[in-house]
Amino acid sequence: MDLTSLSALELGRKIKNKEITVEEAVRAQLEQIKAKDKEYNCYITVMEEDALARGKEVQQLIDKGKIDSPLAGVPMVIKDNICTKGTKTTCGSKILYNFIPPYNATVVEKLLNAGAVVIGKANMDEFAMGSTTETSYFGETKNPHNTEYVPGGSSGGSAAAVAAEEAFYALGSDTGGSIRQPSSFCGVTGIKPTYGTVSRYGLIAYASSLDQIGPMARNVSDCTAVLDIISGYDSKDSTSLEGENYNYTEALVDDVKNMKIGIPKGYLGKGLDEEVRAGILSAANVLREKGAIVEEFELDVVDYAIPAYYVIASAEASSNLSRYDGVKYGYRTEDFEGLQELYKKTRSEGFGNEAKRRMMIGAFVLSSGYYEAYYKKALKVKARIKEGFDKAFEKYDIILGPTAPSTAPKLGESLSDPLKMYLGDIYTVSVNLAGLPAISLPCGTDSKGLPIGLQLIGKHFGEKDIIRAAYSYEQSKG
Amino acid sequence: MKSYETVIGLEVHVELATETKIFCGCTTRFGGDTNTHCCPVCTGMPGTLPVLNKKVVEYAMAAGLALNCKINQQCKFDRKNYFYPDLPKAYQVSQLYLPICHNGGIEIEVDGVKKVIGIHEIHMEEDAGKLTHDPWEDCTLVDYNRCGVPLIEIVSEPDMRSAEEVIAYLDKLKLILQYLGVSDCKMQEGSLRADINLSVRETGAKEFGTRTEMKNMNSFKAITRAIEGERKRQIELLEEGKAVVQETRRWDDNKDTSFAMRSKEDAQDYRYFPEPDLVPMEISDEWIDEIRNRQPELRDEKMLRYEKEYDIPAYDAGIITGSKRLADIFEETVAICKKPKEVSNWIMVETMRLLKETEMEPEDIHFTPDNLAKLIALIHDGKINRTVAKEVFESVFKDNTDPEAYVKEHGLMMVNDEGELRSVVEKVLAVNPTSVADYRGGKEKALGFLVGQTMKEMKGKADPGMINKILKELL
Repeated sequence: MDLTSLSALELGRKIKNKEITVEEAVRAQLEQIKAKDKEYNCYITVMEEDALARGKEVQQLIDKGKIDSPLAGVPMVIKDNICTKGTKTTCGSKILYNFIPPYNATVVEKLLNAGAVVIGKANMDEFAMGSTTETSYFGETKNPHNTEYVPGGSSGGSAAAVAAEEAFYALGSDTGGSIRQPSSFCGVTGIKPTYGTVSRYGLIAYASSLDQIGPMARNVSDCTAVLDIISGYDSKDSTSLEGENYNYTEALVDDVKNMKIGIPKGYLGKGLDEEVRAGILSAANVLREKGAIVEEFELDVVDYAIPAYYVIASAEASSNLSRYDGVKYGYRTEDFEGLQELYKKTRSEGFGNEAKRRMMIGAFVLSSGYYEAYYKKALKVKARIKEGFDKAFEKYDIILGPTAPSTAPKLGESLSDPLKMYLGDIYTVSVNLAGLPAISLPCGTDSKGLPIGLQLIGKHFGEKDIIRAAYSYEQSKG
Repeated sequence: MKSYETVIGLEVHVELATETKIFCGCTTRFGGDTNTHCCPVCTGMPGTLPVLNKKVVEYAMAAGLALNCKINQQCKFDRKNYFYPDLPKAYQVSQLYLPICHNGGIEIEVDGVKKVIGIHEIHMEEDAGKLTHDPWEDCTLVDYNRCGVPLIEIVSEPDMRSAEEVIAYLDKLKLILQYLGVSDCKMQEGSLRADINLSVRETGAKEFGTRTEMKNMNSFKAITRAIEGERKRQIELLEEGKAVVQETRRWDDNKDTSFAMRSKEDAQDYRYFPEPDLVPMEISDEWIDEIRNRQPELRDEKMLRYEKEYDIPAYDAGIITGSKRLADIFEETVAICKKPKEVSNWIMVETMRLLKETEMEPEDIHFTPDNLAKLIALIHDGKINRTVAKEVFESVFKDNTDPEAYVKEHGLMMVNDEGELRSVVEKVLAVNPTSVADYRGGKEKALGFLVGQTMKEMKGKADPGMINKILKELL
């Protein structure tokens, strides 16, 4: 059996049992990247030397019994908007093409303490803005299931790397679906945790009130093991939450008997691809057969989710991305006269179209005279959406639906019509607006052989419910 | 010419005296090599997040309570967005929608007339860095040491009508903040600076005139001149039938005039919105009570207590409490030597004289209370006389010298040995037969001369009373 097709936990077990050394695992992974990444372009940076040195170090720590984590020694990839000390962190943008952070994100520290071997940085849509990974300054990533199709985005590099066995697991970030949608398109599993569960310290912000880091892997158990490591209160992140039980592995139980699962009627209506609908309904059936109570219900708050999301996310982005001005780090235009031109030229040349579009929208909705009409109204919609979900969770343990309205589109199809691309976020953005946890996991393929993603949404801190349901579904699928 | 009334409101920025910055652990110390008091958080590196320094909230609350404000128990931060190289995140974390304090006021007194100046609000915010233009290299350099130093902005109502009222208000504000210990209020280091909003209107008019704003004034003298100058400029415009333009102006104290910086039309849109990286604060009643109970004694209470407890004249109590530094020295010295009147005298006479001579502010005093107490003890124990004491005090004031060591080193201890003194007096009598004869002939004045001569022989180290006594005996 090929080493790189093991699951992360299987590899971790073999390393622990001394069947495989960390170095062997790292070398095998690097070989795989060399063989495949020219085609898929999952990586912006491959840390070959660092990974080999780190592999040796981790092996020693394991041998000395200093690390006892199920994922110790397992090579993994980090989305390139998560800061890695000493390693370029670009956000997929020209404007940060040379930025080397002098610090690690909290999640990176946590992974390193658990013996992770970071093998590289994954490609992504510029500043996590996009649904296809085509807005990256470093070229598009291709879907390993069919290279004519996009891998989804914005964490497309992470998803494709896991799918192409170029990494055992990955970290992604999810602001409006950026973990779940590429997971769906690439046929992998990804979790967007409850807002505040995973520290955002070191995650380069797109929309601070919605951003959340999460795991992407080949199955539910791997994702859960990663979530165990990266979650928890962090004093460096004021929005992180204290006092929860972060042992998610205990939720890996194959039992959904009497679990109440709701399917919003609106999630199965207009705009949903027929094959995706069939896939979702058959997944719902699997859970029903296992004893879950599955029923459709009205979740009436989805209508304004997309405009509210784009108003809030763009507003925050316009502020968050203003610091990239050529003064301190990153790209600076070559010729300029005076400060204003330094700003204008640097930012005109350094940002791509999608980032510019969202910054313009954001600056507009925050302008005096428009703030009430757009930003404040969007915040009201956000509050309504949360109420709507709260009401639904009085009745249901989890909510089930598709992750995306279709399987992966072809390369080049989406960017020409950004509004249509935004509508593809219909099932994911409301989860971010409500701050809820959700998982996307594969549930079959369409007639083109492209993966379909099943989304399970949990209540606030309801990670264990969705993990249990996802795990049970995965077990039945075999 | 018509008669005009000046209407003034102030925005006072005060740097808080916390050890660390508002959103990170960097020191707030003034000075330091460029870019050494900063970290990824206060320089706004990608991915970093702010963590609110609780002390800043407590200081802001303390200021608010002392200025009779209400506390906003649900308060939060907002982002003020603008591009400038001294602002590394391209937004300043400030408070627009729900500032921590509002609706307060303090009483001022000008020429015996008392008046309340309203406080509209107090909000917390972070300071920016500092730009320096290097003319040799023709480039601009930026120092982020000040970035993230906590500030409160105290916004008054437009309740002031003259430069005197403004100065009285600022004086009172400064003293309250110093007493609270929330700021050193050193204007020359920029830890207290004021924006002046000023308009004029015909006396009796109900509507306010169009106002201008002069930013970042950091000396009382400049403020007074700026107010007079701007008042004159606006009245001249109105007298010529022209309109005052709402704009920001910069006061140039060297040229004694102000210049337009930008008009309302060019005013930036700061695109404020709630700071998503910080959660809204919940300030509990208990927390407010805790801060209230911790409030130190402020000036007015202190003055009354000095009069009552120490029997210090009202005027002296006013001078001493007029500076927190003087009040601290007074109280600490009294605590050691238990002689309030003596201590008060040393502050009122010698300390004030030396401050004036050296052009120092009370805040610059660096002698310690224990040394003043030692000096007073030396006098009280009859070890030095008052003339010598003044000399010793000058050294204490200048170098914070230990008076006992100084007296010993310079041999200034009084001679209390009657035998020794007697022999000196005998010598003086022997060389001044005329004066002796004069005295014996009834000229009382001659005695004074003989005392002086003896003191001169003793180099001042004798008790005049004892000299008198011996002289009278011998004569």
